[in-house]
Amino acid sequence: MSDLVLKIERLGKMYRLGQFGTGTLSHDLNSFIAKIRGKDDPSKLITHKNERDVKAIHDFVWVLKNLNLHVNKGDVLGIIGKNGAGKSTLLKLISQITSPTEGLIKYKGNIASLLEVGTGMHPEMTAKENIFLNGAILGMKKEEIKKKFDDIIDFSGCQMYVDTPVKRFSSGMRVRLGFAVAAFLEPDILIVDEVLAVGDYEFQKNAVGKIKEVSENEGRTVLFVSHNMGSIRNLCNRGVVLNQGEISFESNNIADVIEHYQKGNSIKEINFNKVSRSGLGNIQFNDFKILNVNNVETKQFCIGDNIRFYLGLENYTQSNQSVQIAIGFRSSDDRVCSMIGNEYLDYNISLKPGFNSVKCEVFEVPFSSGKFIINVILKKNQITEDWIKDLTYFEIQGGSFISEAYTYPNNYNGIYLKHKWDDK
Amino acid sequence: MKENNSSEIKWTRVIGEEQNLFKLKLNELFKYKDLLFRFIYRDFVTLYKQTILGPIWYFIQPIMMMLAYVIVFGNIAKISTDGIPQPLFYLSGIIVWNYFSECFLQTSDTFNENQNLFGKVYFPRLIIPLSKSISGLLKFCVQFLLFLFFFFYYLYNGVIINPSYYIALFPLLLIVMAMLGLGLGLVFTSITVKYRDLKFFIQFGIQLLMFATPIIYPLSSIGHSASQLKIRTFMYLNPFTHILETFRFVFLGKGEVYIEGLIYSFVFSFIVLVVGVLIFNKSEKTFIDKI
Repeated sequence: MSDLVLKIERLGKMYRLGQFGTGTLSHDLNSFIAKIRGKDDPSKLITHKNERDVKAIHDFVWVLKNLNLHVNKGDVLGIIGKNGAGKSTLLKLISQITSPTEGLIKYKGNIASLLEVGTGMHPEMTAKENIFLNGAILGMKKEEIKKKFDDIIDFSGCQMYVDTPVKRFSSGMRVRLGFAVAAFLEPDILIVDEVLAVGDYEFQKNAVGKIKEVSENEGRTVLFVSHNMGSIRNLCNRGVVLNQGEISFESNNIADVIEHYQKGNSIKEINFNKVSRSGLGNIQFNDFKILNVNNVETKQFCIGDNIRFYLGLENYTQSNQSVQIAIGFRSSDDRVCSMIGNEYLDYNISLKPGFNSVKCEVFEVPFSSGKFIINVILKKNQITEDWIKDLTYFEIQGGSFISEAYTYPNNYNGIYLKHKWDDK
Repeated sequence: MKENNSSEIKWTRVIGEEQNLFKLKLNELFKYKDLLFRFIYRDFVTLYKQTILGPIWYFIQPIMMMLAYVIVFGNIAKISTDGIPQPLFYLSGIIVWNYFSECFLQTSDTFNENQNLFGKVYFPRLIIPLSKSISGLLKFCVQFLLFLFFFFYYLYNGVIINPSYYIALFPLLLIVMAMLGLGLGLVFTSITVKYRDLKFFIQFGIQLLMFATPIIYPLSSIGHSASQLKIRTFMYLNPFTHILETFRFVFLGKGEVYIEGLIYSFVFSFIVLVVGVLIFNKSEKTFIDKI
């Protein structure tokens, strides 16, 4: 059956908050005295949970706490979580860059970690020299690199620059070269941290393809951290969600994991007293929620998802009012993307006096990755009653729109059209 | 997952368990020997890239230093050189001291200089200081050729130089110097991770130590009177005194060699190295959180 290759038990990592200064020495002395007297380290007792947006009172924080994880051979484990949830710390502990404060990490075979591409490359040395250096840093033997040298150069696509110092390379070419070396590693466990976020479309496709190939054909285990839900969905067959240094969700169904993560992102209520609005104000928005198809409030979507909007409206007049409501979408670079409204569909919305709620669903949102800012406007007889700019936003993070097998490039900024080919 | 399975699994490695302080993972170090050579190669080829004179700088620096010493200490201050031709006397001091200070300064900066690298990838950290002391040794060998050139030049010109049979001790001197430079460097780099104060000390400390070592003067220039005996005791405690004096004795035939002094130097540097490696091993585990 399943073959355990990595086992993490009660893992904890404590970090100091604030600066290292004059207090450091006395802290160390206290800890040391407690240690030789066989008592608990006094500084360990006053600690925080890893909550980024809470003000710190104590000096220490548990970035990871009591974390247990089992990884089997051939697993491609996606690790997702908010910034500061402890993802990178976990990878650093597994790749032995720093040591855990408590708990154990046990593994079988050898680990190669790709926390950065092209680590240790020397700008003055040529691409060829750097391939050997970088390969050696990642733990390859000289003969091994020699054997794979031509493949590495081919994969990097930098044949012309083999004898050119790396400092003359563009940053993208450096990344390609670095990844090419790493791609030919043969570890039992590969650890990848967000390295795919750099590089052009071709590179990303190559890189994802290579990782997929490594895990599927060669049965290697991969631990993969990313904020790109598209890549996670594409690559991983298992996932965990890290939250405040603990695993808050774990499943063999990657879609569930992503769903859980997106749900878990805390949504702040919009304060309608603070928005900048204009209009007559006889009828006003006083609630606005963005929901996914399961009616869970979220701000993260993938390309092609359906998005539901829930609008709360207060009618201050004494009679029923027939209104036109529109929701506009702008991209973060202030490009107008689209607009939806009941007027365009000839749908009549009539609001009774007092509170009303209106729902709207958008099907298969074709926007590419990015942040989309929402403006809402409410008109009665073509006169603006309420107009709120920059009310809120949602984000699209990659994903597969048309076929599961194909992921759109990250940096593409147009919209995706549903289409079909026929060569018969 | 069956929990009872896990006890039977043969783990390659368990991170986080209490480790024996003296377990140095030497086999792992050996596994990474290719990396060691790569680092040495890197240090060597990148040092003089985009220079016109290239490796000739290896010679120019000690020659200029030697000339300056000959003028300042030899001719202006008129410090005795024990009858040894001034260039030879100073050059021997310069290249020996260069090797130590190179080893020491480079390794004492290990964590600071490589924090980006160490923060991203694991390999036995000891590889870096080792590679620094070996590239230092290469540099020493090149500069030693320069010394030999002057040595034979004076020999050819009929200056009486009496190399001793104890020349066989030469490799031992190198080992002692390497151990001292590496060991002290490891201690200092481990402490400066958290307490940077020492970095300031290193800068002038190495210069002070140079004056406390018979480099620009021979030990024999310190007499045996009561007041000077105090200085002598201090000089004896400095392991470099014995290294320098022995080096000059075996090649140039002049110098005070005490066998107890040599043993003391060897033991002292061995202890420094062991302490250095242990401290380094301990601090390498979490230094990245502290730097």
